[in-house]
Amino acid sequence: MNRSATQESRSVQAVLIVLTIGLLVAFLLLPLVVVFTQALKDGLAGVLDALSQPDALAAIRLTLLVAAISVPLNAACGLAAAWCVSRFQFRGRNLLITLIELPFSVSPVISGLVWVLLFGASGWFGPFLSQHGIRIIFAVPGLVLATVFVTFPYVARTLIPLMEQQGSAEEEAALTLGAGLWQMLWHVTLPNIGWGLLYGVLLCNARAMGEFGAVAVVSGHIRGQTMTMPLQVEALFNDYDWIGAFSIAGLLALLALVTLVFKAILEWRLERRSGGLL
Amino acid sequence: MILAVRRSALPGFKPAFGVTLLWLSLIVLLPLVALVIRPWELGISGVWASVTEPRVLAALRLSFGGAAVAALFNVPFGLLVAWVMVRYQFPGRNLADSLIDMPLALPTAVAGIALTALFAPKGWIGSLLLPLGVKVAYTPLGVIIAMIFVGLPFVVRTLEPIVMDLPAEAEEAAATLGATRGQIMRRVVLPALVPGLLAGFGAALARGVGEYGSVIFIAGNMPMISEIAPLLIVIRLEQLDYAGAAAVGMVMLLVSFAILMLLNMLEHRMSRGR
Repeated sequence: MNRSATQESRSVQAVLIVLTIGLLVAFLLLPLVVVFTQALKDGLAGVLDALSQPDALAAIRLTLLVAAISVPLNAACGLAAAWCVSRFQFRGRNLLITLIELPFSVSPVISGLVWVLLFGASGWFGPFLSQHGIRIIFAVPGLVLATVFVTFPYVARTLIPLMEQQGSAEEEAALTLGAGLWQMLWHVTLPNIGWGLLYGVLLCNARAMGEFGAVAVVSGHIRGQTMTMPLQVEALFNDYDWIGAFSIAGLLALLALVTLVFKAILEWRLERRSGGLL
Repeated sequence: MILAVRRSALPGFKPAFGVTLLWLSLIVLLPLVALVIRPWELGISGVWASVTEPRVLAALRLSFGGAAVAALFNVPFGLLVAWVMVRYQFPGRNLADSLIDMPLALPTAVAGIALTALFAPKGWIGSLLLPLGVKVAYTPLGVIIAMIFVGLPFVVRTLEPIVMDLPAEAEEAAATLGATRGQIMRRVVLPALVPGLLAGFGAALARGVGEYGSVIFIAGNMPMISEIAPLLIVIRLEQLDYAGAAAVGMVMLLVSFAILMLLNMLEHRMSRGR
Protein backbone atom coordinates (compact mmCIF):
# COMPACT_ATOMS: atom_id res chain seq x y z
CA MET A 1 0.00 0.00 0.00
CA ASN A 2 1.07 3.50 -0.74
CA ARG A 3 1.99 5.04 2.66
CA SER A 4 1.84 8.60 1.34
CA ALA A 5 -1.82 8.19 0.51
CA THR A 6 -2.93 7.53 4.11
CA GLN A 7 -0.66 10.15 5.63
CA GLU A 8 0.54 13.57 4.67
CA SER A 9 4.19 13.71 3.65
CA ARG A 10 6.69 14.79 6.29
CA SER A 11 7.14 18.22 4.76
CA VAL A 12 3.37 18.85 4.58
CA GLN A 13 3.07 17.76 8.21
CA ALA A 14 5.83 20.16 9.23
CA VAL A 15 4.18 23.05 7.38
CA LEU A 16 0.79 22.34 8.96
CA ILE A 17 2.27 22.06 12.45
CA VAL A 18 4.20 25.32 12.10
CA LEU A 19 1.09 27.05 10.70
CA THR A 20 -1.03 25.78 13.59
CA ILE A 21 1.45 26.81 16.25
CA GLY A 22 1.88 30.21 14.59
CA LEU A 23 -1.87 30.85 14.49
CA LEU A 24 -2.38 29.64 18.07
CA VAL A 25 0.44 31.82 19.35
CA ALA A 26 -0.74 34.91 17.46
CA PHE A 27 -4.41 34.54 18.29
CA LEU A 28 -4.46 32.88 21.70
CA LEU A 29 -1.10 33.26 23.43
CA LEU A 30 -0.26 36.87 22.55
CA PRO A 31 -3.39 38.33 24.21
CA LEU A 32 -2.41 36.53 27.41
CA VAL A 33 1.19 37.75 27.23
CA VAL A 34 0.01 41.30 26.59
CA VAL A 35 -2.03 41.30 29.80
CA PHE A 36 1.02 40.56 31.92
CA THR A 37 3.46 42.83 30.07
CA GLN A 38 1.06 45.78 30.24
CA ALA A 39 0.45 45.20 33.94
CA LEU A 40 4.17 44.98 34.68
CA LYS A 41 5.12 48.07 32.66
CA ASP A 42 6.14 49.91 35.84
CA GLY A 43 7.36 46.77 37.53
CA LEU A 44 5.81 44.74 40.30
CA ALA A 45 5.47 47.83 42.49
CA GLY A 46 3.01 49.34 40.00
CA VAL A 47 0.88 46.19 40.09
CA LEU A 48 0.89 46.03 43.89
CA ASP A 49 0.03 49.70 44.10
CA ALA A 50 -2.85 49.27 41.62
CA LEU A 51 -4.19 46.24 43.47
CA SER A 52 -4.10 47.95 46.85
CA GLN A 53 -6.30 50.88 45.76
CA PRO A 54 -9.52 50.92 47.86
CA ASP A 55 -11.72 50.50 44.75
CA ALA A 56 -9.65 47.56 43.53
CA LEU A 57 -9.86 45.87 46.94
CA ALA A 58 -13.61 46.50 47.06
CA ALA A 59 -13.97 44.94 43.59
CA ILE A 60 -11.96 41.88 44.64
CA ARG A 61 -14.04 41.48 47.81
CA LEU A 62 -17.33 41.83 45.90
CA THR A 63 -16.22 39.31 43.25
CA LEU A 64 -15.33 36.79 45.96
CA LEU A 65 -18.66 37.39 47.71
CA VAL A 66 -20.74 36.94 44.54
CA ALA A 67 -18.86 33.75 43.63
CA ALA A 68 -19.15 32.43 47.19
CA ILE A 69 -22.95 32.70 46.99
CA SER A 70 -23.54 31.61 43.37
CA VAL A 71 -21.12 28.72 43.02
CA PRO A 72 -22.37 26.54 45.94
CA LEU A 73 -25.99 27.08 44.87
CA ASN A 74 -25.24 26.01 41.32
CA ALA A 75 -23.04 23.13 42.49
CA ALA A 76 -25.87 21.68 44.60
CA CYS A 77 -28.46 22.11 41.85
CA GLY A 78 -26.06 20.88 39.19
CA LEU A 79 -25.49 17.74 41.22
CA ALA A 80 -29.25 17.19 41.56
CA ALA A 81 -29.72 17.76 37.83
CA ALA A 82 -26.89 15.37 36.93
CA TRP A 83 -28.38 12.72 39.24
CA CYS A 84 -31.78 12.92 37.48
CA VAL A 85 -30.41 12.96 33.97
CA SER A 86 -27.66 10.35 34.31
CA ARG A 87 -29.45 7.82 36.53
CA PHE A 88 -33.05 7.84 35.31
CA GLN A 89 -34.95 7.50 32.05
CA PHE A 90 -38.03 9.69 31.96
CA ARG A 91 -40.19 11.53 29.51
CA GLY A 92 -38.87 15.02 28.84
CA ARG A 93 -35.31 14.02 29.70
CA ASN A 94 -33.89 15.51 26.51
CA LEU A 95 -35.93 18.65 27.02
CA LEU A 96 -34.49 18.95 30.52
CA ILE A 97 -30.93 18.65 29.15
CA THR A 98 -31.68 21.33 26.56
CA LEU A 99 -33.08 23.64 29.24
CA ILE A 100 -30.06 23.06 31.50
CA GLU A 101 -27.74 24.09 28.66
CA LEU A 102 -29.94 26.99 27.56
CA PRO A 103 -27.96 29.74 29.37
CA PHE A 104 -24.92 28.81 27.24
CA SER A 105 -26.67 30.00 24.10
CA VAL A 106 -28.04 33.22 25.56
CA SER A 107 -26.00 36.41 25.17
CA PRO A 108 -24.49 37.52 28.50
CA VAL A 109 -26.17 40.90 28.08
CA ILE A 110 -29.56 39.21 27.74
CA SER A 111 -28.74 37.16 30.87
CA GLY A 112 -28.50 40.46 32.74
CA LEU A 113 -31.36 42.17 30.89
CA VAL A 114 -33.93 39.56 31.98
CA TRP A 115 -33.33 40.41 35.66
CA VAL A 116 -33.77 44.12 35.00
CA LEU A 117 -37.07 43.32 33.25
CA LEU A 118 -38.19 41.52 36.42
CA PHE A 119 -36.69 43.58 39.24
CA GLY A 120 -35.62 46.93 37.72
CA ALA A 121 -37.31 50.24 38.58
CA SER A 122 -39.97 49.62 35.92
CA GLY A 123 -39.68 45.85 36.06
CA TRP A 124 -42.60 43.53 36.83
CA PHE A 125 -41.75 43.36 40.53
CA GLY A 126 -40.02 46.78 40.64
CA PRO A 127 -42.86 48.78 42.32
CA PHE A 128 -43.39 46.06 44.94
CA LEU A 129 -39.68 45.97 45.77
CA SER A 130 -39.30 49.73 46.06
CA GLN A 131 -42.37 49.88 48.36
CA HIS A 132 -40.67 47.46 50.69
CA GLY A 133 -37.27 49.06 50.39
CA ILE A 134 -35.62 46.05 48.75
CA ARG A 135 -32.91 46.65 46.17
CA ILE A 136 -32.04 43.88 43.74
CA ILE A 137 -30.89 45.67 40.61
CA PHE A 138 -27.81 47.90 41.09
CA ALA A 139 -27.06 45.87 44.24
CA VAL A 140 -25.49 42.56 45.28
CA PRO A 141 -28.62 40.39 44.82
CA GLY A 142 -28.82 41.40 41.15
CA LEU A 143 -25.16 40.57 40.62
CA VAL A 144 -25.74 37.16 42.21
CA LEU A 145 -28.85 36.43 40.11
CA ALA A 146 -27.10 37.37 36.86
CA THR A 147 -24.08 35.25 37.82
CA VAL A 148 -26.25 32.28 38.80
CA PHE A 149 -28.01 32.45 35.41
CA VAL A 150 -24.82 32.35 33.33
CA THR A 151 -23.03 29.74 35.46
CA PHE A 152 -26.02 27.42 35.91
CA PRO A 153 -25.00 24.77 33.31
CA TYR A 154 -21.34 24.21 34.22
CA VAL A 155 -21.53 21.64 37.04
CA ALA A 156 -24.34 19.60 35.47
CA ARG A 157 -22.65 19.70 32.05
CA THR A 158 -19.37 18.40 33.49
CA LEU A 159 -20.99 15.69 35.62
CA ILE A 160 -23.57 14.24 33.22
CA PRO A 161 -21.17 12.56 30.73
CA LEU A 162 -18.93 11.37 33.57
CA MET A 163 -21.81 9.82 35.55
CA GLU A 164 -23.36 8.27 32.44
CA GLN A 165 -20.04 6.66 31.61
CA GLN A 166 -19.57 5.31 35.15
CA GLY A 167 -23.02 3.75 35.27
CA SER A 168 -24.96 2.94 38.43
CA ALA A 169 -23.71 -0.57 39.25
CA GLU A 170 -21.71 0.49 42.30
CA GLU A 171 -24.59 2.54 43.66
CA GLU A 172 -27.01 -0.33 43.19
CA ALA A 173 -24.57 -2.63 44.99
CA ALA A 174 -24.39 -0.21 47.92
CA LEU A 175 -28.19 -0.14 48.16
CA THR A 176 -28.40 -3.92 48.02
CA LEU A 177 -25.94 -4.07 50.90
CA GLY A 178 -28.31 -1.91 52.93
CA ALA A 179 -26.98 1.63 52.48
CA GLY A 180 -29.45 4.50 52.64
CA LEU A 181 -29.68 7.27 50.06
CA TRP A 182 -27.31 9.62 51.87
CA GLN A 183 -24.84 6.86 52.76
CA MET A 184 -24.76 5.80 49.12
CA LEU A 185 -24.26 9.39 47.92
CA TRP A 186 -21.53 10.09 50.49
CA HIS A 187 -19.57 6.81 50.27
CA VAL A 188 -20.09 5.78 46.63
CA THR A 189 -21.30 8.56 44.35
CA LEU A 190 -19.24 11.48 45.64
CA PRO A 191 -15.89 9.64 45.76
CA ASN A 192 -16.51 8.40 42.20
CA ILE A 193 -17.33 11.78 40.74
CA GLY A 194 -15.05 13.78 43.07
CA TRP A 195 -12.58 15.07 40.47
CA GLY A 196 -15.28 15.77 37.92
CA LEU A 197 -17.29 17.68 40.50
CA LEU A 198 -14.23 19.68 41.51
CA TYR A 199 -13.53 20.54 37.87
CA GLY A 200 -17.15 21.55 37.28
CA VAL A 201 -17.06 23.77 40.36
CA LEU A 202 -13.77 25.29 39.19
CA LEU A 203 -15.22 26.07 35.73
CA CYS A 204 -18.34 27.49 37.35
CA ASN A 205 -16.21 29.62 39.66
CA ALA A 206 -13.94 30.86 36.85
CA ARG A 207 -16.98 32.01 34.88
CA ALA A 208 -18.63 33.48 38.00
CA MET A 209 -15.57 35.59 38.82
CA GLY A 210 -14.92 36.56 35.21
CA GLU A 211 -18.48 37.28 34.05
CA PHE A 212 -18.78 40.69 32.45
CA GLY A 213 -21.78 41.26 30.18
CA ALA A 214 -24.48 39.98 32.51
CA VAL A 215 -23.21 41.80 35.60
CA ALA A 216 -22.50 44.98 33.60
CA VAL A 217 -26.24 45.29 32.96
CA VAL A 218 -27.37 44.83 36.58
CA SER A 219 -24.50 46.51 38.40
CA GLY A 220 -25.21 50.22 37.92
CA HIS A 221 -21.44 50.78 38.05
CA ILE A 222 -21.29 52.35 41.52
CA ARG A 223 -17.56 52.56 42.24
CA GLY A 224 -16.45 50.84 45.41
CA GLN A 225 -19.90 49.29 45.82
CA THR A 226 -21.27 47.33 42.86
CA MET A 227 -18.14 46.90 40.76
CA THR A 228 -16.84 43.36 40.38
CA MET A 229 -13.30 42.82 39.11
CA PRO A 230 -14.19 42.64 35.38
CA LEU A 231 -16.29 45.81 35.72
CA GLN A 232 -13.41 47.53 37.52
CA VAL A 233 -11.16 46.49 34.61
CA GLU A 234 -13.53 48.21 32.20
CA ALA A 235 -13.78 51.38 34.30
CA LEU A 236 -10.00 51.72 34.71
CA PHE A 237 -9.38 50.98 31.03
CA ASN A 238 -11.86 53.69 30.02
CA ASP A 239 -10.08 56.07 32.44
CA TYR A 240 -6.82 55.36 30.54
CA ASP A 241 -5.39 53.80 33.73
CA TRP A 242 -3.89 50.90 31.78
CA ILE A 243 -1.64 49.65 34.57
CA GLY A 244 -4.61 49.53 36.94
CA ALA A 245 -6.83 47.81 34.38
CA PHE A 246 -4.22 45.24 33.34
CA SER A 247 -3.22 44.53 36.95
CA ILE A 248 -6.73 43.40 37.84
CA ALA A 249 -6.99 41.71 34.44
CA GLY A 250 -3.75 39.90 35.30
CA LEU A 251 -5.31 38.50 38.47
CA LEU A 252 -8.27 37.24 36.45
CA ALA A 253 -5.91 35.80 33.82
CA LEU A 254 -4.05 33.92 36.58
CA LEU A 255 -7.37 32.43 37.65
CA ALA A 256 -7.94 31.30 34.05
CA LEU A 257 -4.46 29.75 33.95
CA VAL A 258 -5.09 27.85 37.19
CA THR A 259 -8.33 26.51 35.71
CA LEU A 260 -6.54 25.34 32.55
CA VAL A 261 -3.70 23.72 34.51
CA PHE A 262 -6.23 21.90 36.65
CA LYS A 263 -8.02 20.69 33.53
CA ALA A 264 -4.74 19.35 32.12
CA ILE A 265 -3.98 17.53 35.39
CA LEU A 266 -7.47 16.05 35.47
CA GLU A 267 -7.24 14.80 31.89
CA TRP A 268 -3.83 13.29 32.60
CA ARG A 269 -5.23 11.51 35.69
CA LEU A 270 -8.25 10.16 33.83
CA GLU A 271 -6.12 8.97 30.91
CA ARG A 272 -3.70 7.25 33.25
CA ARG A 273 -6.48 5.57 35.17
CA SER A 274 -8.30 4.29 32.10
CA GLY A 275 -4.92 3.32 30.65
CA GLY A 276 -4.27 1.28 33.79
CA LEU A 277 -7.57 -0.50 33.45
CA LEU A 278 -7.18 -1.42 29.81
CA MET B 1 -47.12 12.06 38.21
CA ILE B 2 -46.86 12.24 34.43
CA LEU B 3 -43.23 11.24 34.52
CA ALA B 4 -42.75 7.62 33.71
CA VAL B 5 -39.51 6.60 35.37
CA ARG B 6 -38.17 3.37 34.03
CA ARG B 7 -35.19 1.11 34.40
CA SER B 8 -33.74 2.25 37.66
CA ALA B 9 -33.56 0.80 41.13
CA LEU B 10 -32.00 3.96 42.50
CA PRO B 11 -33.77 6.29 44.91
CA GLY B 12 -33.84 10.05 44.96
CA PHE B 13 -35.42 10.82 41.61
CA LYS B 14 -38.29 12.91 42.93
CA PRO B 15 -36.35 15.23 45.23
CA ALA B 16 -33.54 15.68 42.73
CA PHE B 17 -35.97 16.31 39.89
CA GLY B 18 -37.98 18.70 42.05
CA VAL B 19 -34.91 20.74 43.01
CA THR B 20 -33.72 20.85 39.40
CA LEU B 21 -37.08 21.91 38.03
CA LEU B 22 -37.63 24.55 40.73
CA TRP B 23 -34.18 26.06 40.26
CA LEU B 24 -34.46 25.93 36.48
CA SER B 25 -37.87 27.63 36.57
CA LEU B 26 -36.80 30.42 38.90
CA ILE B 27 -33.36 31.07 37.47
CA VAL B 28 -33.75 30.39 33.75
CA LEU B 29 -37.37 30.06 32.63
CA LEU B 30 -39.14 32.88 34.51
CA PRO B 31 -36.57 35.47 33.39
CA LEU B 32 -36.76 34.32 29.77
CA VAL B 33 -40.55 34.51 29.88
CA ALA B 34 -40.17 38.17 30.84
CA LEU B 35 -37.91 38.67 27.84
CA VAL B 36 -40.50 37.26 25.46
CA ILE B 37 -43.50 39.08 26.98
CA ARG B 38 -42.21 42.56 27.79
CA PRO B 39 -41.57 43.82 24.23
CA TRP B 40 -45.31 43.57 23.42
CA GLU B 41 -46.06 46.46 25.77
CA LEU B 42 -45.19 48.48 22.68
CA GLY B 43 -47.84 46.74 20.60
CA ILE B 44 -47.06 44.82 17.44
CA SER B 45 -46.37 47.92 15.36
CA GLY B 46 -44.30 49.37 18.21
CA VAL B 47 -42.10 46.25 18.36
CA TRP B 48 -41.69 46.34 14.60
CA ALA B 49 -40.75 50.04 14.66
CA SER B 50 -38.39 49.44 17.56
CA VAL B 51 -36.42 46.65 15.91
CA THR B 52 -36.38 48.16 12.41
CA GLU B 53 -34.77 51.44 13.45
CA PRO B 54 -31.76 51.91 11.15
CA ARG B 55 -29.38 51.89 14.13
CA VAL B 56 -30.83 48.58 15.40
CA LEU B 57 -30.71 46.98 11.97
CA ALA B 58 -27.09 48.07 11.54
CA ALA B 59 -26.21 46.59 14.95
CA LEU B 60 -28.00 43.32 14.21
CA ARG B 61 -26.29 43.14 10.82
CA LEU B 62 -22.89 43.60 12.47
CA SER B 63 -23.55 41.06 15.23
CA PHE B 64 -24.89 38.36 12.91
CA GLY B 65 -22.74 39.22 9.88
CA GLY B 66 -19.56 39.61 11.91
CA ALA B 67 -20.23 36.36 13.76
CA ALA B 68 -20.85 34.58 10.45
CA VAL B 69 -17.59 35.87 8.94
CA ALA B 70 -15.68 34.95 12.11
CA ALA B 71 -17.23 31.47 12.15
CA LEU B 72 -16.42 31.04 8.44
CA PHE B 73 -12.79 31.85 9.22
CA ASN B 74 -12.84 29.55 12.22
CA VAL B 75 -14.04 26.53 10.20
CA PRO B 76 -10.80 26.03 8.20
CA PHE B 77 -8.68 27.40 11.07
CA GLY B 78 -10.39 25.05 13.55
CA LEU B 79 -10.15 22.10 11.15
CA LEU B 80 -6.42 22.70 10.71
CA VAL B 81 -5.90 22.84 14.48
CA ALA B 82 -8.09 19.80 15.18
CA TRP B 83 -6.36 17.79 12.43
CA VAL B 84 -2.86 18.65 13.64
CA MET B 85 -3.76 18.01 17.29
CA VAL B 86 -5.31 14.59 16.59
CA ARG B 87 -3.09 13.22 13.84
CA TYR B 88 0.40 14.58 14.53
CA GLN B 89 2.88 14.32 17.37
CA PHE B 90 5.07 17.33 18.02
CA PRO B 91 6.84 18.94 20.96
CA GLY B 92 4.57 21.31 22.87
CA ARG B 93 1.42 19.46 21.81
CA ASN B 94 0.00 19.37 25.36
CA LEU B 95 0.70 23.06 25.79
CA ALA B 96 -1.07 23.82 22.52
CA ASP B 97 -4.02 21.72 23.70
CA SER B 98 -4.36 23.82 26.85
CA LEU B 99 -3.97 27.00 24.82
CA ILE B 100 -7.01 26.10 22.72
CA ASP B 101 -9.22 26.40 25.82
CA MET B 102 -7.79 29.82 26.68
CA PRO B 103 -10.70 31.83 25.18
CA LEU B 104 -13.17 29.76 27.22
CA ALA B 105 -11.29 30.33 30.48
CA LEU B 106 -10.16 33.93 30.04
CA PRO B 107 -12.79 36.44 31.25
CA THR B 108 -14.22 38.31 28.26
CA ALA B 109 -13.32 41.77 29.59
CA VAL B 110 -9.69 40.64 29.95
CA ALA B 111 -9.69 39.28 26.41
CA GLY B 112 -11.29 42.51 25.24
CA ILE B 113 -8.68 44.89 26.63
CA ALA B 114 -5.84 42.53 25.65
CA LEU B 115 -7.00 42.34 22.02
CA THR B 116 -7.42 46.11 21.98
CA ALA B 117 -3.88 46.60 23.28
CA LEU B 118 -2.57 44.13 20.66
CA PHE B 119 -4.40 45.58 17.67
CA ALA B 120 -4.35 49.28 18.57
CA PRO B 121 -2.23 51.36 16.15
CA LYS B 122 0.63 51.28 18.67
CA GLY B 123 0.11 47.61 19.66
CA TRP B 124 2.35 44.67 18.75
CA ILE B 125 0.16 43.50 15.86
CA GLY B 126 -1.57 46.80 15.11
CA SER B 127 1.73 48.57 14.44
CA LEU B 128 2.67 45.83 11.94
CA LEU B 129 -0.63 46.14 10.10
CA LEU B 130 -0.73 49.93 10.02
CA PRO B 131 1.91 50.33 7.25
CA LEU B 132 -0.17 47.89 5.17
CA GLY B 133 -3.13 50.21 5.54
CA VAL B 134 -5.08 47.72 7.66
CA LYS B 135 -6.87 49.20 10.64
CA VAL B 136 -8.29 46.66 13.07
CA ALA B 137 -9.00 48.38 16.37
CA TYR B 138 -12.13 50.57 16.46
CA THR B 139 -13.46 49.16 13.15
CA PRO B 140 -15.83 46.30 12.23
CA LEU B 141 -12.70 44.23 11.49
CA GLY B 142 -11.83 44.47 15.19
CA VAL B 143 -15.27 43.09 16.03
CA ILE B 144 -14.59 40.12 13.76
CA ILE B 145 -11.13 39.52 15.27
CA ALA B 146 -12.65 39.37 18.77
CA MET B 147 -15.34 36.97 17.55
CA ILE B 148 -12.69 34.73 15.95
CA PHE B 149 -10.87 34.64 19.30
CA VAL B 150 -13.90 33.55 21.31
CA GLY B 151 -15.27 31.17 18.65
CA LEU B 152 -12.19 29.08 17.81
CA PRO B 153 -12.38 26.57 20.69
CA PHE B 154 -15.96 25.67 19.76
CA VAL B 155 -14.92 24.55 16.26
CA VAL B 156 -11.79 22.71 17.43
CA ARG B 157 -13.51 20.89 20.31
CA THR B 158 -16.44 19.91 18.06
CA LEU B 159 -14.14 18.52 15.35
CA GLU B 160 -11.52 16.71 17.45
CA PRO B 161 -13.65 13.68 18.43
CA ILE B 162 -14.91 13.41 14.85
CA VAL B 163 -11.39 13.43 13.37
CA MET B 164 -10.39 10.87 16.01
CA ASP B 165 -13.26 8.55 15.02
CA LEU B 166 -12.63 8.72 11.26
CA PRO B 167 -12.35 5.08 10.20
CA ALA B 168 -8.77 4.42 9.07
CA GLU B 169 -10.09 1.61 6.84
CA ALA B 170 -11.84 4.05 4.51
CA GLU B 171 -8.64 5.96 3.90
CA GLU B 172 -6.65 2.74 3.50
CA ALA B 173 -9.19 1.30 1.08
CA ALA B 174 -9.07 4.45 -1.03
CA ALA B 175 -5.26 4.30 -0.98
CA THR B 176 -5.31 0.66 -2.04
CA LEU B 177 -7.54 1.61 -4.95
CA GLY B 178 -4.88 4.07 -6.06
CA ALA B 179 -6.22 7.38 -4.79
CA THR B 180 -3.70 10.10 -4.03
CA ARG B 181 -3.60 11.85 -0.64
CA GLY B 182 -5.30 14.91 -2.15
CA GLN B 183 -8.11 12.80 -3.61
CA ILE B 184 -8.60 10.99 -0.30
CA MET B 185 -8.81 14.25 1.62
CA ARG B 186 -11.34 15.69 -0.83
CA ARG B 187 -13.53 12.65 -1.41
CA VAL B 188 -13.22 10.52 1.75
CA VAL B 189 -12.18 12.68 4.69
CA LEU B 190 -13.89 16.01 4.04
CA PRO B 191 -17.38 14.61 3.32
CA ALA B 192 -17.22 12.70 6.61
CA LEU B 193 -16.37 15.92 8.42
CA VAL B 194 -19.15 18.08 6.94
CA PRO B 195 -21.69 17.52 9.77
CA GLY B 196 -19.00 18.35 12.32
CA LEU B 197 -17.97 21.45 10.38
CA LEU B 198 -21.60 22.60 10.34
CA ALA B 199 -21.98 21.98 14.08
CA GLY B 200 -18.75 23.83 14.83
CA PHE B 201 -19.81 26.70 12.58
CA GLY B 202 -23.13 26.93 14.42
CA ALA B 203 -21.54 26.89 17.88
CA ALA B 204 -18.98 29.56 16.94
CA LEU B 205 -21.69 31.66 15.29
CA ALA B 206 -23.98 31.48 18.34
CA ARG B 207 -21.13 32.52 20.60
CA GLY B 208 -20.14 35.42 18.34
CA VAL B 209 -23.67 36.81 17.99
CA GLY B 210 -24.11 37.24 21.72
CA GLU B 211 -20.54 38.22 22.51
CA TYR B 212 -20.13 41.45 24.44
CA GLY B 213 -17.12 41.74 26.73
CA SER B 214 -14.36 40.84 24.30
CA VAL B 215 -15.89 42.94 21.51
CA ILE B 216 -16.85 46.32 22.99
CA PHE B 217 -13.31 47.46 23.78
CA ILE B 218 -11.87 46.80 20.33
CA ALA B 219 -15.03 47.83 18.45
CA GLY B 220 -14.93 51.58 19.07
CA ASN B 221 -18.75 51.40 19.24
CA MET B 222 -19.61 53.93 16.58
CA PRO B 223 -23.38 53.92 15.91
CA MET B 224 -24.25 52.44 12.49
CA ILE B 225 -20.65 51.30 11.94
CA SER B 226 -19.09 49.31 14.75
CA GLU B 227 -21.89 49.04 17.31
CA ILE B 228 -23.00 45.48 18.19
CA ALA B 229 -26.55 44.48 19.10
CA PRO B 230 -25.82 43.56 22.76
CA LEU B 231 -24.39 47.06 23.28
CA LEU B 232 -27.61 48.53 21.92
CA ILE B 233 -29.52 46.59 24.59
CA VAL B 234 -27.27 48.15 27.24
CA ILE B 235 -27.81 51.63 25.79
CA ARG B 236 -31.60 51.22 25.67
CA LEU B 237 -31.64 50.02 29.27
CA GLU B 238 -29.67 53.08 30.31
CA GLN B 239 -32.39 55.18 28.64
CA LEU B 240 -34.95 53.15 30.68
CA ASP B 241 -36.45 51.83 27.42
CA TYR B 242 -37.06 48.35 28.88
CA ALA B 243 -39.47 47.20 26.19
CA GLY B 244 -37.13 48.38 23.42
CA ALA B 245 -34.18 46.60 25.03
CA ALA B 246 -36.24 43.44 25.42
CA ALA B 247 -37.35 43.68 21.78
CA VAL B 248 -33.73 43.66 20.55
CA GLY B 249 -32.91 40.79 22.93
CA MET B 250 -35.90 38.79 21.76
CA VAL B 251 -35.02 39.25 18.09
CA MET B 252 -31.41 38.20 18.74
CA LEU B 253 -32.54 35.08 20.58
CA LEU B 254 -35.18 34.11 18.00
CA VAL B 255 -32.86 34.58 15.01
CA SER B 256 -30.05 32.67 16.76
CA PHE B 257 -32.35 29.75 17.54
CA ALA B 258 -33.74 29.73 14.00
CA ILE B 259 -30.20 29.58 12.55
CA LEU B 260 -29.14 26.84 14.98
CA MET B 261 -32.23 24.76 14.19
CA LEU B 262 -31.63 25.14 10.47
CA LEU B 263 -27.99 24.05 10.84
CA ASN B 264 -29.11 21.17 13.05
CA MET B 265 -31.55 19.94 10.39
CA LEU B 266 -28.91 20.29 7.69
CA GLU B 267 -26.41 18.40 9.83
CA HIS B 268 -28.97 15.65 10.45
CA ARG B 269 -29.76 15.26 6.78
CA MET B 270 -26.06 15.20 5.87
CA SER B 271 -25.14 12.53 8.39
CA ARG B 272 -28.18 10.43 7.45
CA GLY B 273 -27.56 10.78 3.73
CA ARG B 274 -24.31 8.90 3.96
